[in-house]
Amino acid sequence: MKRMSWFNTVSLTLGFAFLYVPMLILVIYSFNESKLVTVWAGFSTKWYGELMQNEAFLSAAWVTIKVAVISSTIATVLGTMAAYVLVRGGRFMGRTLFSGMIYAPLVMPEVITGLSLLLLFIGIGLDRGVLTIVLAHTTFSMCYVSVVVSSRLVTFDRSLEEAALDLGCSPSEAFRLVTLPIIAPAVISGWLLAFTLSLDDLVIASFTSGPAATTLPIKIYSAVRLGVSPEINALSTLMIAIVTIGVLTASLVNKRQIVRQQREEKEAGRN
Amino acid sequence: MTSPVFEPWNDPEAKPLIQFQNVTKRFGDFTAIDDLTIGIYEKEFFALLGPSGCGKTTMMRMLAGFETPTEGSIYLAGQDMAPVPPNKRATNMMFQSYALFPHLSIWENIAFGLKREGMAKPEISDRVNEMLRLTRLEKFASRKPHQISGGQRQRVALARSLAKKPKLLLLDEPLGALDKKLRQDTQFELMDIQEKTGTTFVIVTHDQEEAMTVASRVAVMDNGRIIQVATPDRIYETPNSVYVADFIGEVNIIDGIATPNGEESYSVAWKDGQAPLNVKSPSTFSDGQSCHLAIRPEKVTINAEKPTGADNVVEGKILDIAYLGNLSTYHVELPSGAVIKAQSANTRRISRRAFTWEDTVWLSWTATAGVLLAE
Amino acid sequence: MMRRFTLIAIPYLWLLALFLVPFVIVFKISLSDVALARPPYTPHFDWAAGIWAFLSELDFENFVWLTQDDLYWKAYLSSLKIAVISTLLTLLVGYPMAYAMARAPQEWRATLMMLVILPFWTSFLIRVYAWMGILSNEGFLNQFLLWTGIISEPLTILNTNTAVYIGIVYTYLPFMILPIYAALERLDESLIEAAEDLGCSRLSAFWLVTIPLSKTGIIAGCFLVFIPVLGEFVIPSLLGGSDTLMIGKVLWEEFFSNRDWPVASAVAVVLLLLLIIPIVLFQRNQQKQQEAEQ
Repeated sequence: MKRMSWFNTVSLTLGFAFLYVPMLILVIYSFNESKLVTVWAGFSTKWYGELMQNEAFLSAAWVTIKVAVISSTIATVLGTMAAYVLVRGGRFMGRTLFSGMIYAPLVMPEVITGLSLLLLFIGIGLDRGVLTIVLAHTTFSMCYVSVVVSSRLVTFDRSLEEAALDLGCSPSEAFRLVTLPIIAPAVISGWLLAFTLSLDDLVIASFTSGPAATTLPIKIYSAVRLGVSPEINALSTLMIAIVTIGVLTASLVNKRQIVRQQREEKEAGRN
Repeated sequence: MTSPVFEPWNDPEAKPLIQFQNVTKRFGDFTAIDDLTIGIYEKEFFALLGPSGCGKTTMMRMLAGFETPTEGSIYLAGQDMAPVPPNKRATNMMFQSYALFPHLSIWENIAFGLKREGMAKPEISDRVNEMLRLTRLEKFASRKPHQISGGQRQRVALARSLAKKPKLLLLDEPLGALDKKLRQDTQFELMDIQEKTGTTFVIVTHDQEEAMTVASRVAVMDNGRIIQVATPDRIYETPNSVYVADFIGEVNIIDGIATPNGEESYSVAWKDGQAPLNVKSPSTFSDGQSCHLAIRPEKVTINAEKPTGADNVVEGKILDIAYLGNLSTYHVELPSGAVIKAQSANTRRISRRAFTWEDTVWLSWTATAGVLLAE
Repeated sequence: MMRRFTLIAIPYLWLLALFLVPFVIVFKISLSDVALARPPYTPHFDWAAGIWAFLSELDFENFVWLTQDDLYWKAYLSSLKIAVISTLLTLLVGYPMAYAMARAPQEWRATLMMLVILPFWTSFLIRVYAWMGILSNEGFLNQFLLWTGIISEPLTILNTNTAVYIGIVYTYLPFMILPIYAALERLDESLIEAAEDLGCSRLSAFWLVTIPLSKTGIIAGCFLVFIPVLGEFVIPSLLGGSDTLMIGKVLWEEFFSNRDWPVASAVAVVLLLLLIIPIVLFQRNQQKQQEAEQ
């Protein structure tokens, strides 16, 4: 068991403190009795109550979740297709352009993507609302999905697909029955990534949403511009809690699976 | 009571199951297969043998349908395979990496191909159980591939590829990952299964012992061409080139000039200071043609004293002895500097052997012991 | 083959329609004039009038305007400065953490990875908001410093460039750590041992072996921070002050506050042009890395 040098331990401790203390402070002050967020006046959960009754926030949350689910699902399908084309497609006309279009949104500033999409929707006369946000989110999410799935496909053992063909599958059956089940974890992480990006997006949603459709980030931003508010702290705490539970669960499930698989392989080797 | 000899390649009436007709395969500038024509008959256990890069795997993949010939045609049971995709061919392949589906159980892996055919459930069940019995895997049916050992995975791959009762089974270096003992046992199992099911097997291997053990015919390949195709004994005893002679087993190659001295008889002059060799050969050599005599070490007799009445005799000093338990290979250096290998069984214990390192010995062989080759 | 064509066509067409075409439109509008209309620009493409009439009304007026008004080129320069400095700061904070993670005992690595990923999955907006509560004059930091007596007057940090730097490093840290960690993890430790065996001190082994070999990770991390930060909007908007000039903020304000879409589009076009070189370099780096792995 290797000991870590004190330098490394200190870097990690300071680093993680830097990452987590702000969020911790946020959580603690959500239970602050006083409206002045930064003056502690006693423990209270009243802000959570106020949050639950805030119609505007609740409906924005609903819209946000709807948009996130729809856009991430479509993005996963399109992104997986794009990944398959990039990794297995070989040479085809316009491949450089295609690969450029897939990777560029990853690093493009959101203001530019948002602006360009809004101008498109206006140009074709499409009313801004839930549909336009979904279209916008699907477009940039599919690029992230494509990156995740293609990195899995690159290491995928092609002889498994050949075996499927050899045993009588058509190419699409081979994909459905063999490739997809095996790359499923990557596809699922792609979906989760797309979902999170959509849930969290402020800039692009601001450009592409309409009067009827406000997303939670937009609501939070307009509230926050006026200053800190304990209700926002409460909302933030809830969101942090959900993400934490999600990440912890995924981690634990993953770990259990790995441990079980290792144990089974060891047993098989002994037989 | 003689059993009928299996030799369809010698039968002018027999039609081959597989026919390669002037097949060439190029990958860009690289020619993997060069104008190859060969016929493989039903019920054969045919081996493609050669070093890496000789084209044997490419040939197999063309049979399976994963590559298409650049030129020429491949026929299976008389039908041109060019328009037929791999999932519609009556061939099945056993992959080198086994390619077992990790997300399916052993049972489901074997049943996979049968389900694609649309077979009825009870029939699938019968066939899968039959395959499990054949490969002795009944106890592991519900396990997943990562839960069984390497040798068992190999048997699953075999069972899966035989389940659809294909006309042709392709085996891509199937025994490479197994240790020596298991490999030998599995070789005999494979031969058994091949005979029992009457399937035509085509095996690709770089291991010449394996090819010689299992195959009814062996094709020795090099650089995209088949150098020689014959039964194992013919490949061994009558190689058609120095390449084949050297590839299979151990051999002494003696270069010399041939002078005809009778019916099918030649006198081969080799190194200065050595007497010419007497060789009988059915091939024709012109006077003064350069040639190579390939003679297997076990055909060279080694004696402490000069033998009388032998066709060929040379004297030398033992340079090295390789002791292999049942055999010993003696490396004997001749006065001219050439080294000849002689092999004999250890009928006596080492301590009672008649000769040892540095001893002067006599090597002898008959006129028909070796093969005279042009190239 | 029909199947293959559809497989390629669907995502291709989607991207053409929703990624490429919008950019063309941005370019077109950057060449238009502002108008009191819906939408607030002119000319509009009229099939009847034909393409030449359309093109003749376009001009580079807006681009000229950008060079004339101080605000724009100052904002570009300021964005560049902020992006470079914050990338370096993030690297200084992120590299030691990634290094420590890569040197950690095997059984801890999964947990450490999870601890880095968790902030990554948490809402960006919320994490920036958290700093508002900490850095304000009545915020947690000032309270703490006053309470311990280190300062006697609250420090003004919020709404200054300092707050922006802190915010950027905080939110983009995972993007820097992950690629560097990936590169360092793949590093064969025996190389460092070989260097020390040949006479290197710990420190020089680090400089001469570890850093060069983690180069692709460092470059990837820097690009993943630099490029988006250049056009960043949320952080300067919430944590920066009125004198924090960043081009993303300028674009937003041109668009939403001034309703000057043509100028906003021109700003976007110039920003894109500025970014083309880093983006191409980034793609090249990724490709090199992929090839090295094969």
